[in-house]
Amino acid sequence: MAEFKRPDGRKVTEMRETSAKVGVIKNADGSAMFQTGKTIAIAAVYGPKKMHPQHSQNPAKGTLRCNYNMMSFSVTDRIRPGPSRRSTEISKITEWALEPALDLEKYPNMVVDVHISILQADAGTRCAGINAASLALAHAGIPMRDLVTSISIGKLDKTLVVDLDKKEEDFEEGEGPTDIPISMTGGKITHLQLDGKINGAQLKEGLKMAKDACDEIYEIQKKALKEATQ
Amino acid sequence: MTERKIIVPGEIIVSGDEYLPGEGTEKNGNDIIALKYGLSEESNNLVKVIPLSGAYSARRGNVVIGKVESINFNGWVLDIGAADTAFLSLMEVPRYVNKDALEEVLKIGDMAVLKIWSINKRGVDLSLKQRGLGKIEQGLIVNINANKVPRVIGKEGSMIKLIKDETGCNITVGQNGFIWITGKDIGSELFAKKAIEFIEKKSSSPGLTEEVEKFLKENKK
Amino acid sequence: MASKMTTSKITKERVEKYLAEGKRFDGRKLEEFRDLKIETGISENAEGSAKVTLGNTEVIVGIKMNVGTPYPDSADSGNMMVTAELLPLSSPRYESGPPKFPAIELGRVLDRAIRESKFIDLKKLCIVEGEKVWTVFIDVYSLNDDGNLLDAAGIGIVAALKTAKIPKYDSEKEKVLFGDWTDENVPLSTEVPLSLTAHKIGEYLILDPTKEEEDLCETRVTIGSAKGSISSMQKGNLESLKIEEMEKAIDLVDNAYGGIFKKIEEQLK
Repeated sequence: MAEFKRPDGRKVTEMRETSAKVGVIKNADGSAMFQTGKTIAIAAVYGPKKMHPQHSQNPAKGTLRCNYNMMSFSVTDRIRPGPSRRSTEISKITEWALEPALDLEKYPNMVVDVHISILQADAGTRCAGINAASLALAHAGIPMRDLVTSISIGKLDKTLVVDLDKKEEDFEEGEGPTDIPISMTGGKITHLQLDGKINGAQLKEGLKMAKDACDEIYEIQKKALKEATQ
Repeated sequence: MTERKIIVPGEIIVSGDEYLPGEGTEKNGNDIIALKYGLSEESNNLVKVIPLSGAYSARRGNVVIGKVESINFNGWVLDIGAADTAFLSLMEVPRYVNKDALEEVLKIGDMAVLKIWSINKRGVDLSLKQRGLGKIEQGLIVNINANKVPRVIGKEGSMIKLIKDETGCNITVGQNGFIWITGKDIGSELFAKKAIEFIEKKSSSPGLTEEVEKFLKENKK
Repeated sequence: MASKMTTSKITKERVEKYLAEGKRFDGRKLEEFRDLKIETGISENAEGSAKVTLGNTEVIVGIKMNVGTPYPDSADSGNMMVTAELLPLSSPRYESGPPKFPAIELGRVLDRAIRESKFIDLKKLCIVEGEKVWTVFIDVYSLNDDGNLLDAAGIGIVAALKTAKIPKYDSEKEKVLFGDWTDENVPLSTEVPLSLTAHKIGEYLILDPTKEEEDLCETRVTIGSAKGSISSMQKGNLESLKIEEMEKAIDLVDNAYGGIFKKIEEQLK
């Protein structure tokens, strides 16, 4: 079968150019920037700190609280500043993606706040946000069993591809696009969503592709942390 | 001792049956795995991770600098820049305190040098019962990242002694990253502040002492 | 890393003692700004964008445009709106939730500064009188708050507007072609409005305070002006100002304007 042609000429397993940097917000206890192609996410961590109000405290362990937010001009069609149903859902998804990697037992009644801002969006913002947040949490010295990595796997017509950009999300030929953002830590899946249409066998293949892409992202994250000058 | 290196969470620091997991690490089979981002260190087979960044975490025995946030019937609540607020009981003041006049010792907004004598479920307990502890009457307060405090102090206090000698200032370093400076004039206090901030910025530099000596020489009036 | 702890009383004594000698902790003079850095085009989907760095303070401004109906009392004019968000990402003191007063004030003061100075030529943003006009959305986000967000944001607005391009508009389908731009700039006046704030600590007026200094400021006055012509002001906070102090604030801001203006021009080249 002839190789499927992606709009920007990438190979099906090829991620966009990706970079990461920690220590981008001076005020924060930990922070990071994660960029994939034209998508840029910034994350800042504050805490652990006492959880307020008191009734939200968990005496058994610390709470992770994520807050995902797109800047109004990050997309071509302006979005109103402030939270939306979409950002509320992604914030929760982000918590679920990250928390299994954290060890918050030493922080009862406390909270670790993760604030994610999308500066520029070209699809894959939740994945970029999770990748940035994982770095920021490590940078903040929060105990973690492993880093968390996130990638979107797509199906364009019948072909599986890694790391969809906006153009590909709007793909209209054949069966159209299927978007599957996946997050992993230590080889396990902590987040998976799917929009579109795919059969089980192909999805399983997609999971393998996600694993490989996450391994690549892990190396980028590791490099960013090792090269940080604090 | 093996070489110190920057470690990320989940990374295997060393493998071998002889190693024991210290702070910021855990043992998995034969591997010692990092639970935190930081600098790995191994001595006498004990492996640990020294954090490089992140918020201050309170420890028993730490001398800290805090600010009085509120006063209740039997003591003071202080902000020491940690996750938890800290409590100074009037029993931990080395003199008789009139219960109706706690403000005579410390008012809201006052700063003090204190010691953490206990950490428990309720929070952090502070004490003033030791030499060198007490209310800060005047001077300059500098705030740096608590993880850089060991560099500011230096080996057996060598770095802080160097700054004290060169600036003529009295300097009290709180483990929470708050530093109290008093000198004969504001100029020398600010000189000491600059030197401390220089160390914070250059903390990962290998020849730090030489760089600080050079900095002090060049910037001395 | 910043502490949530506000600047202490004993530091206030030191700051004032030093101000009396005409000096500040970081070696600046009372009216001196920190290093100013402007980067534009930092968010590609915006019509225009800028990141302003003032010492450790960082602010992002983005411009978006859309076509809508004009207000009945200005049927031949486009619209503009400034919104500011103090992101919890940017300081341990900010929390998630609906915008609180400081964010609302920041947006409103800057909105008035741009609007009243007539920096944007809104008349030229009319497409069909009474029916279709452009609206310019100016959105400000704090990235790292180390004091004086307002002045930094005001500089960012100017830089973002100056580099903004108007999107293409399909007048037959009456649709904005988002993500596709004309070569046209947003119509701007050559009189550039800057909002600069004088802060009072003790007996002294200073410009561009760090957070440590800002904590000690008892009162402030923001002056929006272009080449000596003042078009917006806001005196903020509780403490009163003597008339002489207000006069001095006007002079301080007037004197600072030229230097900042020059830096913007240089960095936008």
